[in-house]
Amino acid sequence: MPFYELFMTALDTLLANKLRAFLTTLGVIIGVLSVILLVSLGEGARTYLGETFAGMGSNLLQVSPGRRETKGFGSPPVGTVHKLTREDELALKHRGYAIDGVTGVVNGGGTIRYLNRRRDTFVLGVGARFDEIRQMRVDQGRFFAEEDIDAHRRFVVLGRTVVSELFGEENPLGKVIKVADGEFRIIGIMEHKGNTLGFDLDDLVLVPSTTAMDLFAVDGLTNLLVRARDKANVEPAVEEITSILRRRHNEVVDFTVVSQDDMLATVNGIMATMSLVLIAIASISLVVGGIGIANIMLVSVRERTREIGVRRAVGAKKHHILLQFLLESVVISLLGGLIGLSLGALIIFVARLAVPDLPISLSVNIVLTAVGFSAAVGVLSGVVPAQRASNLDPVEALRYE
Amino acid sequence: MSGELVGEQPVIEITGLRRSFQLGEETVEALRGVSVRINRGEYVAIVGPSGSGKSTLMNLVGCLDTPSAGSYLLDGVPVQTLNDDQLAEIRNHKIGFVFQSFNLLPRATAVDNVALPLLYSGKSRAQRRAAAIAALERVSLGSRLYHRPDQLSGGQRQRVAIARALVNHPAVLLADEPTGNLDQKTGAEIVALFEQLHREGVTVILVTHDHKLAERTRRQIEIVDGQIARDSGPSETYPVAQPAPESA
Repeated sequence: MPFYELFMTALDTLLANKLRAFLTTLGVIIGVLSVILLVSLGEGARTYLGETFAGMGSNLLQVSPGRRETKGFGSPPVGTVHKLTREDELALKHRGYAIDGVTGVVNGGGTIRYLNRRRDTFVLGVGARFDEIRQMRVDQGRFFAEEDIDAHRRFVVLGRTVVSELFGEENPLGKVIKVADGEFRIIGIMEHKGNTLGFDLDDLVLVPSTTAMDLFAVDGLTNLLVRARDKANVEPAVEEITSILRRRHNEVVDFTVVSQDDMLATVNGIMATMSLVLIAIASISLVVGGIGIANIMLVSVRERTREIGVRRAVGAKKHHILLQFLLESVVISLLGGLIGLSLGALIIFVARLAVPDLPISLSVNIVLTAVGFSAAVGVLSGVVPAQRASNLDPVEALRYE
Repeated sequence: MSGELVGEQPVIEITGLRRSFQLGEETVEALRGVSVRINRGEYVAIVGPSGSGKSTLMNLVGCLDTPSAGSYLLDGVPVQTLNDDQLAEIRNHKIGFVFQSFNLLPRATAVDNVALPLLYSGKSRAQRRAAAIAALERVSLGSRLYHRPDQLSGGQRQRVAIARALVNHPAVLLADEPTGNLDQKTGAEIVALFEQLHREGVTVILVTHDHKLAERTRRQIEIVDGQIARDSGPSETYPVAQPAPESA
């Protein structure tokens, strides 16, 4: 018996019970839809993160105080730890051959004031080459020079958001603002950067790292950002940093060097785990949908016992009956998969129209996964009912009322 | 087989057929050694009260069931040795069933219902259609080809069922209480149709508890208590050849 005939029979049966077929398939529709949306969101986010990391500057290394056994954002440092200092920064700058640039970074925060306007924000203490290393540019005025850092100068470079908040249309260059109760002169304005991952990159207050340590009363840098000369020099740079700093830290490796790739890998790992968890949750609805199909198919087998008897009497073999019912559940499930897929594509399309930056897109993989998943659900949920149908005794089936 | 008349071709040869069922602890013997021979072209009634075993016999003759003991040659094929798939094939090619309650597929047209057996013998769409139309014309339903069962009267539905039974040119047409769900007039028309088919050379076996209906056939076999109580013996047949199966 040709496959096409079986398919038409299955389709015909489903059309005979449109409402039932629709309600049955609803579980699969919702399941496939949620899987699709979550997978595309996950994939989109990963792509976006990759781009963002690349945009932060290339061949970057981050040195943080404390030894971490695992790469990335591992356990907090244990035991006595040397702080990373301005001297460490200068040592790397002068002695590293694979190193192109170094900047110390001090994370802090505080209130900044100009006249009666104020804003609470992050304040970042940085070195003179922070702008190059992070691939940012000064738009007006200038960035810090090494002397500014050495001399603990009370200079500040602002991002666009801060400027417009505090000054509006006024020219801020040369003005004095208060940062955490210290007075700072504005020497530069950074160029517009936009948003990344919901962070406003223009909400930026930069001061010399040395000044920042004074201001926040800390005696060490939060971390060091190092740029290797090029891709090939990333590994040598890690070795140089390690050997230079170890010598300076009494032969103890009490710091951690993490490359951009490590960070990306870590973030990707976290993203992958997260999307896996989300997909697992979404799959529950797919499983529920499958159970729904199995349930309806069992009812259908019971209702059509006589039909099965008649088909067997006129010459249908067991596998004909098996295939007929299996195909029916696969068609229901695939139909649900396709509807879910279309809905998902529509939602993604509309979402991208509404928010062009949204990191979400539909890939061929996702489409194939959705179709494959729904077909699998159809087969799995159809096996038991179809087997029951094909194993009915023809005599009993014909007698069934 | 001695005493065989020239031209007599046995289509059914049953020897010592037994069928027992396990009902809990009890073994029920539905058939207790039935031997019978039916020739091609005969018009036979199997009669008996309910519980006599005639339904069991019909299921065995129709290859829906296999015997516990004994042998059954259908058109020369030893049925008792066949597996499930082979039985399905035998039913498909050699048996035409007619049921009391018609058993048509409710959503299919007359043509599609009649073509159903051909679906399982792998005929092409065009072949199925042509054969189904020919069979429907044979039962005088040429004008109702695309009606669904709910658009047909009881008698017409039974005609569709008979056309379905005939469509594969079976060796035996097996009808189980074919007039049971019909009024007297329609029932008579269906009986007349069986007579017509008999005259055309079709082997017809009616299973019924209705003695009046049985009287209309050429040979009555009465089953009582799982055994043949009376057999009026082989009857004359019409020497009209059936159309060849591939005539379409």
